[in-house]
Amino acid sequence: MGKLNQKVAVVTGAARGIGRQIALTFAREGADIVISDVLVTEMEQTAREITNLGRKAIAVKTDVSRKTDVQNLIDAAIKSFSVVDILVNNAAVIRPAPLLDMTEEQWDEVININLKGVFMCTQAVARHMVKQKSGKIINISSIGGIGSIRPMMTNYVASKTGVVGLTKATAGELGEYGINVNAIAPGVIITDLVQSMKMTESELRDRMEQNKRGALLNRNGITQDIANLALFLASDDSSFITGQVICADGGRVDKI
Amino acid sequence: MFGLTDRVAIVTGGGRGIGRAIALGFAEAGAAVVVCDRSIAENEDTAARIRDKGRKALAIPADTRNADQMANLLDKVLASFGRIDILVNNAGGGVPGSAMATLQYTVEQWAAAVEQNLHSVFICSKIMGQQMVKQKTGNIINISSMAGLGPFPTASAYGAAKAGVISLTRSLSIEWAPYNIRINAIAPGFIETSLTAAGLERDPKNRQRLIDKIPLGRLGKPDDIVGTAIYFASDASSYVTGQTIMVSAGLTADRMVM
Repeated sequence: MGKLNQKVAVVTGAARGIGRQIALTFAREGADIVISDVLVTEMEQTAREITNLGRKAIAVKTDVSRKTDVQNLIDAAIKSFSVVDILVNNAAVIRPAPLLDMTEEQWDEVININLKGVFMCTQAVARHMVKQKSGKIINISSIGGIGSIRPMMTNYVASKTGVVGLTKATAGELGEYGINVNAIAPGVIITDLVQSMKMTESELRDRMEQNKRGALLNRNGITQDIANLALFLASDDSSFITGQVICADGGRVDKI
Repeated sequence: MFGLTDRVAIVTGGGRGIGRAIALGFAEAGAAVVVCDRSIAENEDTAARIRDKGRKALAIPADTRNADQMANLLDKVLASFGRIDILVNNAGGGVPGSAMATLQYTVEQWAAAVEQNLHSVFICSKIMGQQMVKQKTGNIINISSMAGLGPFPTASAYGAAKAGVISLTRSLSIEWAPYNIRINAIAPGFIETSLTAAGLERDPKNRQRLIDKIPLGRLGKPDDIVGTAIYFASDASSYVTGQTIMVSAGLTADRMVM
């Protein structure tokens, strides 16, 4: 019997990368999954992979920064499954720019999806979890959210640090309803998001090498590393943990 | 990936409380467990429970503040199992008389608390760590405390020592990563054990006052720590080192760990 037997999980940004790996890992442990993303084709592919594993999955196109989309997502989840046991707030974007040149749009987009989106989904799902008097909320922050001085990423760093604060405050407020709220701070994980950072092949190779050296355990992270931690936080093994940020970053001497 | 099949684990202070719960939990996950406690009877009892689960167990009484005793323990473990995979530095706790205003501590009382809670972690980590370095693999889990996460007035020695454990965890994670050794820490919140019982008994209102501050609204049991210990000990956390997780139902979640 899996660790998440018969549970229902909503995972945002689950079309690919970390979100997809979390969704598949949860499904392997017995959960049914509500997949949320803006990438429809990839989302439906993830849903198919989950049904191939013998679990149920629905795919709901969602821009987490839009209230109507989020309401639609939760309504679809409840309609299909009656409950939501686990929410993974993973959807996020990057819009790198030097601070002095960053446009208002670049700032807003990152804050709206990475931070406001977490608030919107949390609120919509928590209203049901409160009735159930149980639930697990897992927010994906970043190593950039626990102290980063990396250039070009002020909007992203602000959003991911905000996720940490939101996690703790939410934990404080929802604890009395038996809801655990925690965050994961991934280090450098090889995903499409990282690879989309407009580099040539040799630039990407060099960057991967550099990042590998930055991690004490001398390898880049893979999506399964984050999925394993998400599974721990979604399961009963962590029922006494709330308001925590846990880094899965291969160990670092300095934050990045 | 959360299994510990065929791993060899040493749990200090494994005779009771959190250490005992971890020892039993590791056995259920498939490990062979070496129970190290100063109390011979409690040591034997935990080992017997582990054998009841069909796992191998050794009960080796030893004082974690004593390097010779810990070196002897290591020799015995290697003689039986040939290696060690996991060390849980759990032995520690309040030393009688250490809960008082700092101005009242004698130097000896201060030193006793720090010896029990920090020196012991260094001594055991060094002795077992040397073996793990030879093996080029290992896993250490330090039991710190919420007391190590911020101010801890009227037991400042305990707080300082437990904060020291967190710092040591980070330093060792950097020094020993090249040898494929991971080191992490758990900071329990308020767990009901023989260590904490006296404080609760002193005033029945204490219990409710404490619970009111805890987001999940309950005090902890030793079993509440087991899941996190297994996560750290297993391959599920293979990309995680140098971390401290507070297992406290939200108490002290407003603190940021270094």
